[in-house]
Amino acid sequence: MKTTFSSVGTSPIRPDGIDKVTGRAEFGADRYLPGMLVGKVLRSPHAHARILSIDTSAALAINGVKAIVTGDDFADIPEGTVIPGEMELDVCDLAKNIIARDKALYHGHPLAAVAAISEAIAEQALNAISVEYEILQPVLNLEQAVAPNAPLLNEQLFTVGLPDKPTKPSNVASIKQLAFGDVEAAFSQAHTVIEDIFTTPTVHQGYIEPQAVTASCNRDGKASVWCCTQGPFAVRALSALVLDWPLGKIKVTPSEIGGGFGGKTTVYLEPIAIKLSQLANRPVRMVLTRDEVFRATGPTSATQIQLKLAADANGTLLAGQAILKYESGAFKGSPVMPGMMCIFAPYQIAAFDITGHDILVNKPKAASYRAPGAPAAAFAMESMMDRLAIELAIDPIELRLKNAACEGSRAPYGIKFPPIGLVETLQAAKQHPHYSAPLEPNQGRGIASGFWFNIGFQSTATVNINEDGTVSVVTGSPDIGGSRASMALMAAEELGVDYETIEPLVGDTESAGYSDITGGSRTTFATGMAVIKACQEVIEQLCNRATKLWQIDRDHVYFSEGSVCTKADINGDKQSLSIPAFAQLAAKTGGPISGRCSINAQGAGAGFATHICDVEVDPETGKLDVIRYTAIQDAGKAVHPAYVEGQLQGGAVQGIGWALNEAYCFDDQGRMENPSFLDYRIPVALDLPMIDTVIVEVPNPSHPYGVRGVGETPIVPPLAAVANAVRAATDIRFRDLPLSPPRVLAAINQKEAF
Amino acid sequence: MSKRHITTTVNQESTEFLCESQQTLLNVLRDELGLIGTKEGCGSGDCGACTVLLNNKPVCSCLVLAVEAEGQQIETIEGVASGDELHPIQQKILEHAALQCGICTPGIIIAAKALIEENPNPTEQEIRYWLAGNLCRCTGYDKIIRAVMDAAKVMREDAA
Repeated sequence: MKTTFSSVGTSPIRPDGIDKVTGRAEFGADRYLPGMLVGKVLRSPHAHARILSIDTSAALAINGVKAIVTGDDFADIPEGTVIPGEMELDVCDLAKNIIARDKALYHGHPLAAVAAISEAIAEQALNAISVEYEILQPVLNLEQAVAPNAPLLNEQLFTVGLPDKPTKPSNVASIKQLAFGDVEAAFSQAHTVIEDIFTTPTVHQGYIEPQAVTASCNRDGKASVWCCTQGPFAVRALSALVLDWPLGKIKVTPSEIGGGFGGKTTVYLEPIAIKLSQLANRPVRMVLTRDEVFRATGPTSATQIQLKLAADANGTLLAGQAILKYESGAFKGSPVMPGMMCIFAPYQIAAFDITGHDILVNKPKAASYRAPGAPAAAFAMESMMDRLAIELAIDPIELRLKNAACEGSRAPYGIKFPPIGLVETLQAAKQHPHYSAPLEPNQGRGIASGFWFNIGFQSTATVNINEDGTVSVVTGSPDIGGSRASMALMAAEELGVDYETIEPLVGDTESAGYSDITGGSRTTFATGMAVIKACQEVIEQLCNRATKLWQIDRDHVYFSEGSVCTKADINGDKQSLSIPAFAQLAAKTGGPISGRCSINAQGAGAGFATHICDVEVDPETGKLDVIRYTAIQDAGKAVHPAYVEGQLQGGAVQGIGWALNEAYCFDDQGRMENPSFLDYRIPVALDLPMIDTVIVEVPNPSHPYGVRGVGETPIVPPLAAVANAVRAATDIRFRDLPLSPPRVLAAINQKEAF
Repeated sequence: MSKRHITTTVNQESTEFLCESQQTLLNVLRDELGLIGTKEGCGSGDCGACTVLLNNKPVCSCLVLAVEAEGQQIETIEGVASGDELHPIQQKILEHAALQCGICTPGIIIAAKALIEENPNPTEQEIRYWLAGNLCRCTGYDKIIRAVMDAAKVMREDAA
C-alpha cells in the first residue's frame, strides 16, 4: 500500500467549483428543451383507499393537455416479481409506488400524471381528473399495524421468516433474527442487566433540490432522460423494468445533483416522464414541489427498539438482546436488517440475540437515508452504553474502549474485522481538549460512537491521455459532494502529474461504463480504485511504448513522477519521456493512450466514529442549544481532507437535526401536516456552533491508498450524543426523539422520564 | 388575460420581458430569461435557494411577483463575478470547500454579499443570523460561515 503522497491528502479547489459558484452548473430542473411540456402528478388525498375508477376524459379535452397516464398505461407486473442480488428488488412494489394501481397507500401516492403546455393548464387538468375511492382505515404506526384486526395494506403479503408458514396475510413483511451464544445464561448471571425501549420518528433526507427530470422520446422510441440521481444506471434499469422496455431504449444523463443522502437512489418521476413524452411526442419536464418531496419521496423509517444489555462489574458486555421494529412505509423494505447488523457492531459481545421486524404502514415507502437503519440502532445502543457507564461509575469512553471492536474481533453479522479505527477514534476523543473542557450550569456533555459497513460494488473508470498531455477521467458515479476532486487527486497521484491537468467527468449511461449508485460511501473507495487501476494501465502502456521506442527490455524502464525513464545503468545514459511527450507521439507509438478498469471492489472497510456533544438546556422553555460539537472519524486515508471534514460536519448536523427537531407529523387520517421546510425544521445556521473534526487514519488494507468511505458514518452517533448530553445536563434520560422543546420542558417539569 | 410587459434591470443590463400577473420573479428569471443559477428548493420562502438582490436587498424570488420588478434593479448569481474574476465570496466558498452539492450556493453567495455590503465586519453570530434563511443540508454550515468571515476580511483589506 502506498504511504507517501504528493496530491492525495491535499485540499485543492474542486474541478466543478467555478460553475457552482457562478450559477452555471446545471441541476435536475435546469434542462430546457424546445417544445417542452410541463408534467404534473395527481396524488391521493387519502392515506389508504381502494381506487374504484379514474376518469381522465374531461382533463384530456382541455386545450393544451397533450397526454395523461394512469397505472393502466404501465406494464402489469405480477405480485412477487423479485430481482435477486445484493440489493433485492421487488419490481411489482416499485411499479406500484411510482403510480398506484388498485390501491392508494399513502397521502400523496401518485394516481395519474398529465403533460400540458403550461403549469397552469397541467394543474387545471389534474383538477379535472375524477377518481372514485373506497376510503379505508389507515394504518399509521407500528402498534396499529400489528393490532389483531388491523386493516391490511397488501392482502397478499404473508410474513417471511416465521417458523411456520403463516395462513393469514399481515402488515409484518418479515421477521429476521441474528443470534449467537447463550443470551439467557448471561442475563441470569450478570452483575448488571439494563433494559429500555427507544423510538425515533419518520424523518426525511431533506435534500434542498427536489427531484426533477426532463425526458424526451424520439420517433424511434428511444428516450433521453436528464435527471438528478445518485445512480444513472439504476434510473435506466428501474425505468426499463417499470415500462417493460429494453434497457437500450433509455439513455440517462445525470445532472448535477442537489443533495440526495440516499433519497435519490431510486426512481419516482422518470418512468412517468418517459411515458408522457412518448404519448405526447414532445419533451416533458417534471419537477416535484417541496410538498410532494415530503409527502411522496422516501423518508426513513420510524422505529422502535427494545434493548437489553448484560455486563459484569467492570463493564465488560456479556450479552445483548435487541428487538428492532422499523416501519417500511407503504411497501416492504425498511432498513431493519442493516440496523440489526449495526446495533452491536462497535462492541465485542459474547452472546447476542437480535430480532428485526419490517412493518408496513400507510406512509411513503422508506428510501435509503445515509447509513440506512444505523442511526436509530445507535441511538438505542449508545444511550444504553451511557446508562451503563453511569450505573457502573465508569467513564463513558473507558467503557467503550473496554468493549471496542478491533482487528480480529467478530462482528454480529459474521465477519472478522480487518484493521478498523474505533479504538483510535475513542482515544482521540479522550485526548481532545473538548472532552475535558469545563461546563456551566444547565450544560451537559454526551459521547457516542457509530459504525457503518461501507460498500464496494461495481465501478468503471476510463482514463484518456488527451493530445496536449492533459488527462480525462470518465466515471459513471455522480458527484454528490466533491468526488470529482477526489478522482482527480487519485489520478494525479497515480500518474505523478499536477491535479490541474486532470479533467474528471461524470458520463451518461452510454458514454461511461457501468457503475453502481453513488451511495454506501462507495464512490471514493470503489470508483477511486477503478480510477487508480485505469491509471496503472495507462502507465503500463506508456512503459511498453517506451521500450519499443528505445528498443530496450521492459524491465529496463520504470515510471516515476509522470515520466517513463530508463534505468541509469543502460549504456550509461538516461532517457525519459513525460506524459505530454507521449501524447505528441501517440500516433507513432500505437495510437491514442487510454486505460480502463472495471471492478467489483471488495473490502470497503468499515467506518467508525466517536462524537462529543455539549448542549445547554433552557429550563424555562425546554429549548436545547448544541454549544460545542466534535466529530472524530477514521477515514483510512483522507483523499481531500477538506471534503472529508465536510462529510463529518454535514452528517453530524443532519443527525443533530434528527435529534432535536425533525419529525413527520400526521393527522389521524394519515395526512402529513408539516410538508414544508417551515414546519419540518432542518437545522439552520443559527442553530449550530462550528463543528470541529478530527480525521483519524487507520489505512484500509483493501485499497491501494488505504481509503475508506466516509459519507455515512457521521450521521450515526449524533442522535445519542445529543441525548446523552441532555441527560448529563438534566439528569433525564430521553428515549423518544425528537428532543423538541415541549417534550423536554414536560420532562423537566415532571423529572420522571426514567 | 394578456401578458404584462415589464422593463427592469437584471445584472446591470436593461431587460424586458412578458409575464403573466401571477408569475413569480423566480419563474421569470429561470424560464423566461434563462438565468438558471437561481434555484428553487421550496417555492414558499423557507429555503433561500432562490435568493436574489432586489435593489440591493436580499429577497426570496419565489415570493416576489415578476411584475414587481418593473423599474427595479435585480441582481442574480450570474451577475456576481466580474468577467473572469470571481467575487471574494465566490473565491472563499471555493477555497474553504464550503459547498458540497452546490444547490444552495448561489443563494448563500447572494445573501452573504448583501450582508457584507451592509456590515463589512460581521461576527460569526451575525453571519449565522443573516444566513438563517438559507438552508444547506450538506455542509453543517461550518465552512460556509468561515468562508464568509474570510471573504469579509479580504474585502475590508481590499477597501483599505
